[in-house]
Amino acid sequence: MATEHAPTASEYIVHHLTFLTNQKQVGLVDWSVLHLDTLFFSIGLGLLAVFIMARLAARATSGVPGRFQAAVEIVIEMVADQAKGIVHSPKSREFVAPLALTVFVWIFLMNAMDLVPVDLLPRAGEAAGIPYMRVVATADLNATLGMSLAVLLLCLYYSVKIKGFGGWMHELFTAPFGAHPLLWPINFAMQMIEYVAKTVSHGMRLFGNMYAGELIFMLIALMSAAWVGTLGSGLLWIGGVIAGTIWAIFHILIITLQAFIFMMLTLVYVGQAHESH
Amino acid sequence: MNLNATLFAQLVVFLILAWFTMKFVWPPIMKALDERAKKIADGLSAADKAKSELALTEKKVVDELKKARESATELRAGAEKQGVALVEEARQEAARIIAQARQAAEAEAGVAAQRAKEALREQVAVLAVAGAERILRKEINAQVHADLLANLKQELK
Repeated sequence: MATEHAPTASEYIVHHLTFLTNQKQVGLVDWSVLHLDTLFFSIGLGLLAVFIMARLAARATSGVPGRFQAAVEIVIEMVADQAKGIVHSPKSREFVAPLALTVFVWIFLMNAMDLVPVDLLPRAGEAAGIPYMRVVATADLNATLGMSLAVLLLCLYYSVKIKGFGGWMHELFTAPFGAHPLLWPINFAMQMIEYVAKTVSHGMRLFGNMYAGELIFMLIALMSAAWVGTLGSGLLWIGGVIAGTIWAIFHILIITLQAFIFMMLTLVYVGQAHESH
Repeated sequence: MNLNATLFAQLVVFLILAWFTMKFVWPPIMKALDERAKKIADGLSAADKAKSELALTEKKVVDELKKARESATELRAGAEKQGVALVEEARQEAARIIAQARQAAEAEAGVAAQRAKEALREQVAVLAVAGAERILRKEINAQVHADLLANLKQELK
């Protein structure tokens, strides 16, 4: 990139961290803005995942499975086992277990976009006239908080469904400290903090991991981009190749682990909604 | 870290995908898994059954073999006994026949000896007469001396 208009390192990073939006964001929270790139990649990968799995499911045989079916079966059995261990209501599992599967596969795919070379798709987008593009949807706080909010809604739904509205209210005011009227506000405050903390940490954990991972890929890309023909820059280029390789291999673990953690926490939170204190 | 409407879009998409998975992905695959588990269980129990049946059959075969061997032994013993009895009978028969033959031969020999003696006696009489004729140089009338000759014969007995 030894052109006259080569971006500086900070310009490069900022450019890579800018979303493609329908309109300019004003302030920290602006409900009229949509991240088009996040939506495109998350919906696209989500549809890809469920349609491939649905096609497989339609042809699933109880005889000798093919390799792909066996692979999907391994994932599904893993999710089903975890769901069985955490959510004890078979009726709820009918929805929660497929939800956990969706979460796992979908987040895994969105995270895996991190392994696509950082400049590949944005460059292609620029060539096609799209000025900004972020390909890792889970590195967008909106995406991860959106999913954790969905989990929160499910928790509330199942709390009311299992315990009844009255039972849930009773729990909100009497757990964790006790039923004494003086403790009611404290209990309620604790419950609220718990719900908020659960939801925010749930979304933030995935976002933080993916955001940091993406940023490091960008820094490594900068390292390699320093190549200008001198010995020092050549060494940097080699360093970039080595670091990129190591980080990408390590990231295979991260993307799987984060998808798994998100799935497990989803199950745990929904499972907690089923238990009365 | 800007928050915006993407959040709600993501929320809705998430729930729709989960619903889709629940409807079209999860049940068929779980069904296939359960069916396969049942097939395997059935196969295993069938194998167990076949194994126990095989063991039973083997036991039966051993029993049958034992039975056959026993009956064969019995048959052989019976046959031997019968053979021995047959031989014994034959031997007795033979002994009887031999004894009979000997008796007959002895009887016959006795008769023959008697006859030979008779013949000899006749001849002795003739010889005696011939000898007396020679001595007396004179023919003795056989009819006349029949009593004499008969006496002589009697004495030679």
